[in-house]
Amino acid sequence: MTRTIAVVGASLAGLSAGRALRKQGFDGRILLIGDEVHPPYDRPPLSKEFLSGAGTREDLDLVQEDDAALDFEWILGQRAVALEPRGRSLRLAGGREIRPDGVVLATGARARRLAGSAKLSGVHVLRSLDDAIALRSDLQAGRQLVVIGAGFIGAEVASTARGLGLDVTVVEAVPVPLEESLGTAMGQLCASLHADNGTRLLTGTGVARLDGDDRVTAVQLLDGRRLPADVVVVGIGAQPNVEWLAGSGLDLRGGIVTDARGATGIPGVVAVGDCGVPWSETAGRHVRAEHWTHALEQPSAAAAALLGTDTTPSPRIPYFWSDQYGVRIQFAGIRGPDDELHVVEGDVASRSFLAVYERNEVPVAVLGMNQPRLFTRWRRQLHAAATV
Amino acid sequence: MIAVCPVGDIPPGEAVRVDIEPPIAVFNVDGEFYAIDDTCTHQDASLTDGWLDGCSIECPLHASCFDLRTGKPSAPPAKNPVRTHRVSAVDGIVTLWPGEAPEGAA
Repeated sequence: MTRTIAVVGASLAGLSAGRALRKQGFDGRILLIGDEVHPPYDRPPLSKEFLSGAGTREDLDLVQEDDAALDFEWILGQRAVALEPRGRSLRLAGGREIRPDGVVLATGARARRLAGSAKLSGVHVLRSLDDAIALRSDLQAGRQLVVIGAGFIGAEVASTARGLGLDVTVVEAVPVPLEESLGTAMGQLCASLHADNGTRLLTGTGVARLDGDDRVTAVQLLDGRRLPADVVVVGIGAQPNVEWLAGSGLDLRGGIVTDARGATGIPGVVAVGDCGVPWSETAGRHVRAEHWTHALEQPSAAAAALLGTDTTPSPRIPYFWSDQYGVRIQFAGIRGPDDELHVVEGDVASRSFLAVYERNEVPVAVLGMNQPRLFTRWRRQLHAAATV
Repeated sequence: MIAVCPVGDIPPGEAVRVDIEPPIAVFNVDGEFYAIDDTCTHQDASLTDGWLDGCSIECPLHASCFDLRTGKPSAPPAKNPVRTHRVSAVDGIVTLWPGEAPEGAA
């Protein structure tokens, strides 16, 4: 009997799952189902090289020549709309029904939008290739861009737009951007890159509404200020694409709840990447990890869980990076609110340094700016310490 | 042919960059030396600064991985291989032949 595994979601996590299944010896059918018409592409450049025009569509391709030998069956441009309880039947938007023996859920997340902004042109989110193409055509030199949200996406879009000659203002509701990810001091430091590069940053104020009839003309802030805008980018986070799984019997609190490997409560169903909320041993709770490296690495453990391959996965510590204004920011580890921060190399004023977060005098996380070599050494050390 | 350094200057698990054009990275994997182009094929980054794990080197910036034996990328985002070069220890000196295929390579 030929066995079939359906991978729902054809981005980095889905593709990595398909590769991992083959690597672990699965020789049945692998269906890769994606709601976008595009074959898997790399998303990080969408806010950077691709958006600036320095990178091409081909640069984004994730599928390699070697993948042809893996014999995936691609079903692209079709959204999955339902998974029957017990996970044995999958329904697609066109009505097609698939009865796989195993399911990998890799439906990712989508950009949060601002309520009431749907009708206005000139208002963008940035998550998909199509989003990036639409935004790119709107980023014309001399225009006024308002970025709502000073997270990594917002900051990278602001950086790219400055490089393209736009006048850029970033609005952030919390007082310190990236505070949740990096802590107060490092959040403030990263935020200072905006001012370094001629971007205005307004913090501690929310957005009341967007003005305009057909096209956006201004952003009205809650504190009364009004920012004229030709283009608006909303970068206020992402939410997991799990609504279609209502009624499937899966635990969907904050995403698809899984164990550390990605196994759900339903046998034969695993979840990987941005749509999942895996158990984190280090954090001691379920954590939704939206990092690129997580989408790349976790599918290996999930494939093992699905196939019953006996592995003891040693997942790497969380790692992410951001490239803004020519500065490379890298972060690894799990930071806590009371960690002590020490700059161990370089100095913050020069935007070239390495900072270590310590808890009870034990290093738990590390942040580097323009220090890839030293950062990688620390990342290895943290990984080694975490997997002893 | 380039005399890179005494063998002891590259302990197992370590790497050095040879600053020629284009630069080449030389790695010591448990006593075996491997040489590849130092610059990641995805974006400008020095693989000498990467994370060596067995015969796999991970780029220090965006986590692309390359197999030191073949130069092939084994993890995205890189899609293109790096060149591999002949390197070996000769009389206690790590010796590099830029542009020559490694011994034993097809």
